[in-house]
Amino acid sequence: MSSPKHIVLEAKNISKYFGTITALENVNLTVREGECLGVVGDNGAGKTTLMKVLSGLYKPSNGSLFFNGNKQILNSPKDSQNLGLEMVYQDLALAGNLPIGENIFLGREPTRNFGFLKLLDYKKIKALSEAHLDKLKINVKSANQKVEELSGGQRQAIAIARATAFNSKIVIMDEPTAALAIKEVGKVLDLINNLKKMGVSVIIISHRMDDIFAVCDRVMAIFQGTNFAESELSNTARDEVIGWIMGKK
Amino acid sequence: MDNEKKNQSLFLKLIPYLDKYGILILLLLMILALHLMQPDVFLSWRNVTNVFKQISWQSMLALGVFMVIVTAGIDLSVGSIMMLSLMLLAIVAKAGMPWYIVVLVPMLAGLLCGMFNGLGITLLRMPHPFIMTLGTLYIFRGAGNLVSGGVPISGFTEEVRYLGHGRIDLTWLGLEESQYLPVSLVLIAIVYFIFWIFMNHTRIGKWIYAIGGNPNAARASGINVNKILVIVYSLCGFLSGIGALILAGRADSGYPNAGLQAELDAIAACIIGGASFFGGRGTVLGVFAGVMIMGILRNGLNLMDVSAFWQQVLIGTIIVIAVYIDVLRKDFGTRK
Repeated sequence: MSSPKHIVLEAKNISKYFGTITALENVNLTVREGECLGVVGDNGAGKTTLMKVLSGLYKPSNGSLFFNGNKQILNSPKDSQNLGLEMVYQDLALAGNLPIGENIFLGREPTRNFGFLKLLDYKKIKALSEAHLDKLKINVKSANQKVEELSGGQRQAIAIARATAFNSKIVIMDEPTAALAIKEVGKVLDLINNLKKMGVSVIIISHRMDDIFAVCDRVMAIFQGTNFAESELSNTARDEVIGWIMGKK
Repeated sequence: MDNEKKNQSLFLKLIPYLDKYGILILLLLMILALHLMQPDVFLSWRNVTNVFKQISWQSMLALGVFMVIVTAGIDLSVGSIMMLSLMLLAIVAKAGMPWYIVVLVPMLAGLLCGMFNGLGITLLRMPHPFIMTLGTLYIFRGAGNLVSGGVPISGFTEEVRYLGHGRIDLTWLGLEESQYLPVSLVLIAIVYFIFWIFMNHTRIGKWIYAIGGNPNAARASGINVNKILVIVYSLCGFLSGIGALILAGRADSGYPNAGLQAELDAIAACIIGGASFFGGRGTVLGVFAGVMIMGILRNGLNLMDVSAFWQQVLIGTIIVIAVYIDVLRKDFGTRK
């Protein structure tokens, strides 16, 4: 990292209260272009709340979000999607009964005009999704394969492909390797490295130090709803990060 | 050993095709069997058109319920929607309204009843569509009896009866006068074709399947799940209204017992046709095959003078076997 790349997403002084409960207090976060940021913290520390604020699912009680330096107010996840931010959900949010291609384009299917009717363009769906899967080096037999026929790792890869199919610049992944077989974890981590090479910024929430140290450039720890520690990955070690999660410096 | 492996893999390769066309093969086998047992009668022009006339309104209800089942829902009220629509049609017809208003009434009534179901399920956040539509099963039939006084209302004009009773003359093709085409058969073909396009080639149709497959995925993709559900239940009601219009033509009467237990026949046809109760699975063609199988079975057993009680036993058996085949398919076809 010789020349610092520009900041694509910045959260400043984010606080979030649920009634009397303080979930987040003055939390700051920055992500640069093509950078992978690891967010660690104990259960209930506020990681997921922070991600939901970033994606527009929750409105922050205080603080502001800047996309490419411009202040933005998000009213729904649709707004953050339009700004190029996508979330890969823990439950994967794929419909198993539909083929891979139709999952990637779900809700944004290309159509062609047939008289006054707008009919689905299956050829385009297949061609575009196979090209996209190729670009990410995801191997599947065909985009027409149903998602329920895939393994857990392949499904995770499709979920990530789905999140990046529409020129998104930032992808948030919540525990992307949880519930995966060991040999499949490596493939998903390779995929994340591919995304970084393509200039996509990635935010990973994970408990697995192996994942954090395999793909992240920087790691930040949240403890009881506040920024606790942050470091370039090259300047820290596994035991130190585990200490941060438990609130020890 | 090698041979066995080969057979096994051939079987596995056949699964997707069996999944898609198995039910059609079953239908063809049934037709063949009944033809061999009743060679003079079963495939005669008269009997074939009879079968289509008999399944005409059931096929509309089954198609509506099918779309609901694809969303992993259920609609128990279609029989009652049809009865209420039929009664309203009869009242409007008796009041001397022109035929073009009379035929619109059941379609509009059905649509509104279905919309009532859909809005109830989504706005009242019913734990399952079963409960909402069980309620409206009673509500709509009660309402039908309230507006009509619980007595049959008979006698409609030819225009009103056209869909259920009309015939398309084919003598210009050199056929005899008895070899006509029932209008209801043509209607079934047109309606099924339209809904095949709708379910397979439009975005809303795709979203209906997605909701059945994983409602969270649909929601995360920005699909307004509640809106789609209201559309699906409304269309189901609309088709029940068309069923009422067909029945009005066939029976020339609105009667209190119309469509009694028809919801169960409709569900049975969907299940036999391969629709899954867990949602997201099933085809329009499959539902058509399901309706045909039930219609042909009843017709064939009637021709052979088999008691109606045996018909019940057989239809029940076919439902169980059809679902068991689906269970087997799942065992082989999907990864766990």
